[in-house]
Amino acid sequence: MNPARKRTVRLVVALSAAVVLAGALVYTSFSAASPALSPSQLLRQAQPGRSYELTGTVVAKSVHRAGPVLNFSVEDRAGGAAVPLAYTGTVPDPFREGREVIVTVEKQGTRFIGEPNSLITKCPSKYTTAPPSEQQNY
Amino acid sequence: MAGLGRACLLLALAVCVYGIGASLYGVRRGRVEFSESGRRSVYALAGILTVAFAVLEVAFLSNDFAFNSVADTSSRTTPEFYRAAAVWSSQEGSLLLWAWLMSLWSSLALFLTRRRLRDVAAYATAILLGFGGFFISLMVFYANPFKTTSPAPAEGAGLDPLLRFPTMMIHPPMLYSGYTLCIIPFAFGIGALLARRVDADWTKAIRRFAFAAWLFLGVGIILGARWSYSELGWGGYWGWDAVENASLMPWLTGTAFLHSLMIQEKRGMLKVWNVSLVLATGTLAIMGTFLVRSGVLNSIHAFGGQTLGVPFVVLIAAMIAGSIYLVITRRDMLRSEHRLDSLLSREAIFLANNLVLVGLCFVIFWGTYFPLISEALTGQEASVGPPWFDRYTVPLALILVLLSGIGPVIAWRRATLANARRNFLVPCAAALATLIALLAGGVSEKPLAMAMFCCAGFVFGSIGQEFVRGTRARRAIAGEAAPVALLALVRRNRRRYGGYIVHIGIAVLFVGVAASSSFQHAAELGLSPGQSTRVGAYTVRYVRPTATITPKYDAAHTGSTLSLGALLDVSKEGRHVTTLSPSEGFYASQEASQGSVGSLIGGQPVSHVALDGGITRDVWAAIQPDIEASSLQRIVKAGNRTLPPEEAIVAISYLARAYLQHPPQAQFHFIVSPLVMWIWIGGLIVFGGGVIAIWPAPSSVRRRVASRARAARTLRGRGLARV
Amino acid sequence: MILALVLLGAVIAVVGAPLRAARRREGAAAGPASAPGHAGAEDDQGAGVSRDELEAARESKYREIRDAELDFQTGKLSREDFEAIDRELRADAIGILDALDALDALDEPGEPGEPDEDAAASGWDDQSPSGSDGRSP
Repeated sequence: MNPARKRTVRLVVALSAAVVLAGALVYTSFSAASPALSPSQLLRQAQPGRSYELTGTVVAKSVHRAGPVLNFSVEDRAGGAAVPLAYTGTVPDPFREGREVIVTVEKQGTRFIGEPNSLITKCPSKYTTAPPSEQQNY
Repeated sequence: MAGLGRACLLLALAVCVYGIGASLYGVRRGRVEFSESGRRSVYALAGILTVAFAVLEVAFLSNDFAFNSVADTSSRTTPEFYRAAAVWSSQEGSLLLWAWLMSLWSSLALFLTRRRLRDVAAYATAILLGFGGFFISLMVFYANPFKTTSPAPAEGAGLDPLLRFPTMMIHPPMLYSGYTLCIIPFAFGIGALLARRVDADWTKAIRRFAFAAWLFLGVGIILGARWSYSELGWGGYWGWDAVENASLMPWLTGTAFLHSLMIQEKRGMLKVWNVSLVLATGTLAIMGTFLVRSGVLNSIHAFGGQTLGVPFVVLIAAMIAGSIYLVITRRDMLRSEHRLDSLLSREAIFLANNLVLVGLCFVIFWGTYFPLISEALTGQEASVGPPWFDRYTVPLALILVLLSGIGPVIAWRRATLANARRNFLVPCAAALATLIALLAGGVSEKPLAMAMFCCAGFVFGSIGQEFVRGTRARRAIAGEAAPVALLALVRRNRRRYGGYIVHIGIAVLFVGVAASSSFQHAAELGLSPGQSTRVGAYTVRYVRPTATITPKYDAAHTGSTLSLGALLDVSKEGRHVTTLSPSEGFYASQEASQGSVGSLIGGQPVSHVALDGGITRDVWAAIQPDIEASSLQRIVKAGNRTLPPEEAIVAISYLARAYLQHPPQAQFHFIVSPLVMWIWIGGLIVFGGGVIAIWPAPSSVRRRVASRARAARTLRGRGLARV
Repeated sequence: MILALVLLGAVIAVVGAPLRAARRREGAAAGPASAPGHAGAEDDQGAGVSRDELEAARESKYREIRDAELDFQTGKLSREDFEAIDRELRADAIGILDALDALDALDEPGEPGEPDEDAAASGWDDQSPSGSDGRSP
């Protein structure tokens, strides 16, 4: 095989390999991803056995700890439907009522179980240019 | 003073506009004085922004709450150390820091290239001022750090306690230096393409800056990981969080660029790769900056600010479109001078290196931006978690480490069998020895970790061989003793041997990562005093509770009103291992609704983890005391009812005493990770190697001999004897 | 406010300096003899540029020669490849030194014969003149 032909073959092989790998990557990302849902969406759409990423605000007075399990409810940012869930694992420092959280949950039967160590609490935005009165609420 | 700050910003904007015009006019019309003036605009910009930054710093240090940013992020009770750092904890302040650092580095870069690359530098000046102007416009029109309120509030909100860690001082400036340094090679790259001078000169000129960018970014990333691990209550150093990924991506393309550059210098190949990599690095750096502050992706760093999203997207789109256009229209200048002779050659390995690094970057990019991609493609926002990232990055990382061992010893152009035998015997033996040692030591369950250890062994063998052979070669010429020869070898070939040291550091770092992620023991424990429990081979016993009150006695010196914790005794098979005292600090809030006592401790609680770092393992513990327990809340409520605000602190001491006498059960997060220390040690080695590689050679000063003609003739007389 | 004005003045001074210098040069040159004076100024700058670029090229050429040698000694370059590359690099280096010589001749016509021990001692101190492979350029 002359050098030019060899180079073309090499290029084709390399490109095909790249396309195949990229394709595998893209495919698995869609199947491995957890859809991000708000509490109202979750209550409507959640199927048992699938994991979802729940984003919302912690409902006031809903936080109760029972040993290693933390029970709390998450509601839509605008208020409304609330999803109660049981979570075990690390609880980030900023976690408290009224804060926005992201937690991966799975529906088991009629209950929602939080995936261990998947709770993320958003720091109240330091980077907004909101008026000072809103900044009070740490 | 705020007026001076605002004036500085407007002046800075004007200077940027003038500088762009002057540089472009100077280079298009050949009027050197205008290009010169454009360059000086960058120096002027640096000066103006230094004044602006100083104004803001002074405002913070002197508690001038008339400034909105000071009132929002600092307070009288915030310790001075953190008041100084609070400047960049807000959107406005961080934009100013970014612009200031960029102006400083740009000034340095343009000063160092003031006598070379005239036209390339002129275009680069215009681009750098363009970026400067962009960030300053953001400040002037959207997020002004010098906005004031009158009358000034008496007290500020205080720096978020989560940020009150020493690493907070260093991490952002370091990371921003890395990001802004990435813009400089980008600007010179665009400049070279515009000026149609993509020859050896510009690569030599920007190599130092690309390297500095790589170094600072790398250190910034490691510091962030260290901060996350040793100070946040989560106990991990890497979570594939969007913002972590955003800083890693330009680092990966930067690494590819630095290596691929060697091939261009030696063999005139991979020119399109190099230009594309340098442009990609700059674009990814801007994307990283955008990601942190746009709130467009969910992340632990939830810095919101939707208003800034649109300008950034426009800028990034312009950068991408412009880069692609320039590379395509200049592709005739970027043709390879040589072709790849064999797949078993140094050139091929470096090409493979490029592919792996870009592949890693692509995986991380895809995973990070997946929520946006899936929303665009399917209408449903979805995100991928750490397991997905790990699945693809771990094999790529293995290949990368392996390549870092093969690259230094493989031959140029074509590696023959004899040659391969000579060069690869020792590294392969080292890898094999590692495998045998692991199996003998009873480690066999985690194949990926073991593969990484063997790859690291391969790297140590190959780099060690390089040092030995180089020293031997030098001794043959100069007849020095081995240590002297080694030192002289490294001194005279800093780039090469500094780079080798970096490879060692990376291998060590990955050993730490592999060990600490595969062989970790972690547990959530609920303990009361006297109780103990088993975690793996370790026994953890809650000895007694601890409490400190008032900022004056706060052990962490971060200004918390109350700190509750516990003393833990950790032992292994009966032998005492360590004593840990994790605690949680409770800070004051401004909410009057919590009551006089409640507001003293109602602010953001922050976990102060206890870490016992060792050469073979780290023992890590965090506590969540149950402050909501009724026994403690009773005191708070009573205090709210009966005590006036100035005496509220008395209730806090009652609270502390109650906690010490009858502590409620607390939740502990306990982790034992082997070899974590080696991640930081590896990082230090990488840093050391990088500094060696970038250090300018000393003899270049001595070479400025008085009579060059004499020197040249002497050299020619000796037949240009060994340099 | 005063500070702001001071800053403005400083900026204009710094940024405008090259423009003022150019105008002065043009004015002075326009007096007695316009073209040569102006060209002379440009030439000076041009020569300044070339010297720095040449010196930088020389340093990196030396580094490349060293690198190739080290590659050969540690088994990454075959003997034929090394000899070919070494020849080429040394030829390049001599070209650069010649160009620097030419610049020196322009600048310092009276000095070429100066003896300079520094030259012998400084960059080449740890090299033996004969060289273990007795190579010629």
